[in-house]
Amino acid sequence: MNTENKDVLFGPIHLKNPITLQVLGICSALAVTSKLETALVMSGALTAVLISSNVVISMLRNKIPSSIRVITQLAIIASLVIVADQVMKAYLFDVSKQLTVFVGLIITNCIVMGRAEAFAMANPPGKSALDGLGNSIGYAAILIFVGFFRELLGSGTLMDKQVLGDWYQPNGLMVMSPGAFFLIGLLIWAQRAYSSELNENE
Amino acid sequence: MELVNIFLQSAFIENMALAFFLGMCSFLAVSKKVETAVGLGTAVVFVLGITTPLNNLIYDNLLREGSLSWLLGAEKAATVNLEFLSFIAFIATIAATVQIVEMAIDKFSPALYGALGVFLPLIAVNCAILGGSLFMVQREYDVAESTVFGIGAGFGFMLAIVALAAIREKLKYSNVPAGLRGLGITFITTGLMAMGFIIFGGIQL
Repeated sequence: MNTENKDVLFGPIHLKNPITLQVLGICSALAVTSKLETALVMSGALTAVLISSNVVISMLRNKIPSSIRVITQLAIIASLVIVADQVMKAYLFDVSKQLTVFVGLIITNCIVMGRAEAFAMANPPGKSALDGLGNSIGYAAILIFVGFFRELLGSGTLMDKQVLGDWYQPNGLMVMSPGAFFLIGLLIWAQRAYSSELNENE
Repeated sequence: MELVNIFLQSAFIENMALAFFLGMCSFLAVSKKVETAVGLGTAVVFVLGITTPLNNLIYDNLLREGSLSWLLGAEKAATVNLEFLSFIAFIATIAATVQIVEMAIDKFSPALYGALGVFLPLIAVNCAILGGSLFMVQREYDVAESTVFGIGAGFGFMLAIVALAAIREKLKYSNVPAGLRGLGITFITTGLMAMGFIIFGGIQL
């Protein structure tokens, strides 16, 4: 694998992370992470949709007229999400019930649109698939991190199994919305303290 | 009375941005200045207020199980269930509405277009808008209820984004640790705002 492809694949995991640096796909990162299980399923669904949408859009990139490209992309992504949703309803019904509207909201998940617009429209299918995979890993890493700590600190469990003993008093704030905001805020801080070239100067 | 409750619930208790995290991307990106935040907020109220009832009509008359009885007759229609098409139908409606609204505003009110114009295309892919329609289906609202729900949810989003923009304008003058500057401190601020909004959860309607 040459350096360019490596950069496309591994860049989004740390230095170009879709959530903490590109500010894409925040809604679902916050909403589905109150439990680790939902975070994992959501990451899987997004990976499938993102890779296939990147490939399809990249294959059609020279045929899509630029004036209607947004609506074309939306139609492609929506069809893929319908497939993902039906598959989840068939095989993972309980989790798909817990995810409520957020499966459907993959359509407007800015990562999918953002990568389609920024990468797949200008690159061949193979490379777009790598970009999709890289960004999915970056997204999944954040989701799993946040889901892990929210479930552990918020209810003392992991994958619905008790891990912290009776001595632990669950912190209800972590499963509510502010906990998610604080965790991602702190994660961004840690990431930027580690690589100070990522700091913003306002 | 029912409608007032839906409005209060969607605007405060179940705030789109702070309780359901919807529309977060634009919420964080367009909240640097109060002026632009007001523009985006108004556009969201506008588009949510139109698309939610519109999608409600489409869902009730075309997609829901047995809803095609006006076309096929009750017996045949009972076997038709197009619900799986709702994602693509909703997003197409939203994208088309946004396009039409944009052209209409451009023609009839250039002043309003100047204020909202840049935000409208952005809104087609704002998850708050699609989220509004999906929640409408989940909660089984009728047309009147979904109109009120759409406007209420939009108002709640506008309230949150304008408040955040006002805080961020002030934050510019404070000494934030280097790594937290920008996105990090915005998340922490939003978390504190969300904590404030939890208070509304105690209201019994």
